[in-house]
Order: sequence, then structure tokens, then C-alpha cells
Amino acid sequence: MAFTDMLLELLTSFGVTFNIFIVTLIFSLPLGLIVAVGRMSKNKFISIPVSIYISIMRGTPLMLQLICVYFGPYYLFRISPGTNYRMMAIYIAFAINYAAYFGEIFRSGIQSMPRGQYEAAQILGYTKLQTFMRIILPQVIKRILPSVSNEVITLVKDTSFAFTLSVMDMFTMAKALAAGQTSVVPLFAAGVFYYIFNFIVAKIFDIFENKLNYYRF
Amino acid sequence: MKALEIKNLAKTFDGMEVINNISISVEDGEVISIIGPSGSGKTTLLRCACGLEKPDRGEIKFAGSFGMVFQQFNLFPHWSVLKNITDAPVNVQKQDREEAKKHAMELLEKMGLKDRADYYPYQLSGGQQQRVAIARALALNPRILFFDEPTSALDPELTQEVLKVIKSLKDLNIAMVIVTHEMAFARDVSDRIIFMDGGVIVDEGEPDKVMNSDNERTRAFLGKLAGV
Ligand SMILES: Nc1ncnc2c1ncn2[C@@H]1O[C@H](COP(=O)(O)OP(=O)(O)OP(=O)(O)O)[C@@H](O)[C@H]1O
Ligand SMILES: [Mg+2]
Repeated sequence: MAFTDMLLELLTSFGVTFNIFIVTLIFSLPLGLIVAVGRMSKNKFISIPVSIYISIMRGTPLMLQLICVYFGPYYLFRISPGTNYRMMAIYIAFAINYAAYFGEIFRSGIQSMPRGQYEAAQILGYTKLQTFMRIILPQVIKRILPSVSNEVITLVKDTSFAFTLSVMDMFTMAKALAAGQTSVVPLFAAGVFYYIFNFIVAKIFDIFENKLNYYRF
Repeated sequence: MKALEIKNLAKTFDGMEVINNISISVEDGEVISIIGPSGSGKTTLLRCACGLEKPDRGEIKFAGSFGMVFQQFNLFPHWSVLKNITDAPVNVQKQDREEAKKHAMELLEKMGLKDRADYYPYQLSGGQQQRVAIARALALNPRILFFDEPTSALDPELTQEVLKVIKSLKDLNIAMVIVTHEMAFARDVSDRIIFMDGGVIVDEGEPDKVMNSDNERTRAFLGKLAGV
């Protein structure tokens, strides 16, 4: 197989990697906000289950979670999922795993906000929702952007866990090509692609951070 | 007309009576200073009055809206000075945006900060931030304004500029209740001084009366201050 064909195969499989990345972000970021709110809830019937969920997500390997989500429906309900479920299982496992991490980042950001901001808002007559959306959340975003950026960069690399369920992401493809050609070049090339992808992700976060540099706390 | 009437207010923290059956009424346009030793419950009283703390007992009746100026300013750091002042009028009181902006610029002029409208809080001195906070409170046209030690986070020179601004508000005919340790200021600006100790009002009256009080506790407190 020619070098360019190999690159082409890798690039095609990069589409799968990119899908996992984007779908995970689209679902786990808003879910993370819900997780954070649930974790901070005064209602124990909400906060305790959410804490347990977070601790399981953070305390067990993502690879194991992928397997659980994939085989879970069969073992629990004797349902055989269709062939499309493989990709769905990846999305679900990644989204709930990352929602737990993002949730903790959001929570620490929200809890780091000084009480005075809430009190000033209350006296000025803002509703709770207005206070959160207009005053708290924008400041929290600035505070947590570096941690979110770290997590997103980790996500780029974590997409390679898709191999656990034999989904043809870039990493699985690189391994297959390397085995077929008995060469490490495909793996090395995949490494370069991951690096470039992360480089771009980091640059995008730099742009966000610079945009929010117009004020300080 | 009364701007505020507080009746038999009580508040405990962990079983400790911090406010013990306090009643105060504030006339429209009246300026009241509250003085007293640390821990006497002055902050708690203001916080109960404006709903930041839930009292155990008592009645609080406002005739109109109220504002609060905090010791730590509590400006919104992600908004410019102008936005800090106009956002609540526009988004809470639904005032017209242009009107609110015009009003804000007038207030900034009064605060001596007309050229700072586009600055962000972090670009201002403490005294300037506090004056913006005062403008922000005034923008909602309150009938009564509370100040909790508005200058105690400031250097002496900055303190003077803020006190001068607060004194200038007397023309606006807004009632003001000011917790302060600045005795000369309290004496100068107030219609009435309230001396609190141990969660109760120990002494109150016109500034000269309280400053020359026969009350032992008042004398001891003022004497201690003068002694420093
Ligand atoms: N949230 C709280 N929880 C428990 N105790 C509190 C709380 N807030 C105030 N206290 C206690 O209530 C008492 C009165 O406090 P407060 O802050 O009202 O005093 P203050 O007169 O404003 O004092 P200072 O001049 O130092 O500001 C103090 O003994 C304080 O420790
Ligand atoms: Mg106090």
C-alpha cells in the first residue's frame, strides 16, 4: 500500500474520531451543567445520586464504561442491540463520562464565585435565573476555561478508546494498517494527526481566553 | 411619610441573639448613622432589613424600593461601569435603554466619574469603584439606601472622596441608613445617630445629643474611639 493511500485511510477514519469528539462535547457540556446543578442541590435525593454517579465515572476506567454501555442492554434486558448501537454506545459512554468531569469543573467554578455577587444581584432585583445567566455564568466561564481546555485536549486523545468496541476510529485504523504492513509508520502518522488536531484545539481555546481577557476579577 | 419601619426585629445565629427586639423607623429623606462596637449586630440589622438574612421575628415595611452599598463594592467585574449602572434599570425595571443610559451618565457626573463610563471595575481605584456602586444603587431610584461601612475597605484619602459623595446625596431626598466607624462624618451628615451594642439600640438621637450622651455605654464606646 502506498504511503499516500495509507494517509488517505487514516484521514477517512479521522472522521470517526472527529465525530466522537464533537458529539461528546455537544452532549457532555450541557449535561455537565445539569450535573453541577444536581450536585449542588439542597435536595439530598438529587445531590447524593449525582455524587455517586460522578464518583463512579471518575473512579472507573473509561474502557470499562464503554463495555458496560455496549453490553449493558443485553445483560440487563436481554435486548440485542442493532449493529448501529456500537457507535451509539461510544457516544453515550463518552457523553456521560465527560459530563461527570465537566460537572465537577462547573461546580468548582460556580462555588468559587464570591457571595457578594449574588447578594448585589439580589438587592438590584435580578431573578435567580437572570443572576445565573447574566452575572454568574459569564464569570464562571472565564474562571474555568483553562480546566475545560485541559479536559477537551484529554478528550481528543481519549477518542482512541473507541478501539475497545472495534469502531474504526483513527487509532483502530492505524493499528490495523500497522499490523497489515508490519510497520509502525501508520501509528506514527496517526500520532502526528492527533498532535495537529490538539494543536488546533489548544489554539481555539487561546482565542477564547484572549477574548475574555478584557476584564479581570 | 415613613420610608421604612422595622418593628421588634430579632435574629439569632446558632442560638446567639444577635439582634434583640429592635424597632426603627426612617422618615423619607432622613439620614441615620448606626454606630457601635464590632459584633454589635449592625451588619446583621442591615442584612435583615434588605432581605439578605431571614429574621427570626419582626416586621419590616418599606414604602418604596431600596438599595444597598456594600463594604466590598460588589461591582460586576465583567461589565463596564456604564453597564454596571444601566443593566438592572433596563433588565429588571424595564426602563428604556436610552433613558437609563442618560440617567447613568448624569449619576456618573455627580460621582465625578463621567470619563470612566467605559472602564472596567478592575481599572478603577477602590474609591472610584465604591462611587460606581453608589451610582448603580441610585440608578434604580430607591426611596431608601443602606450603606454598610462603605469606606472601611479604603485608604484615608479615598475614604474622604466617597464620604463627600455620600454627603452630596442629601439633596436627592433619599433616606439613608449608614453603618460607619467615621464619627466625624456621622456627626456631620446625620439627622439621627443610633448607637447599638449587644444587639440592642442603646442610645439614639440628634448627633450632638448622642456624641455628648450621658449614657455610660455610649460614653465608653466614644471614649475608646477618641483614645485611639
Ligand atoms: N452568618 C453568621 N453566622 C453566625 N454568626 C454570625 C453570622 N453573621 C454574623 N454573626 C455573628 O453575629 C454577631 C453580629 O455580627 P455583625 O456582623 O452584625 O456585627 P457588626 O456590628 O456589623 O460588626 P463590625 O463592626 O465588626 O462589622 C457577631 O457576633 C457575629 O459573629
Ligand atoms: Mg459589620
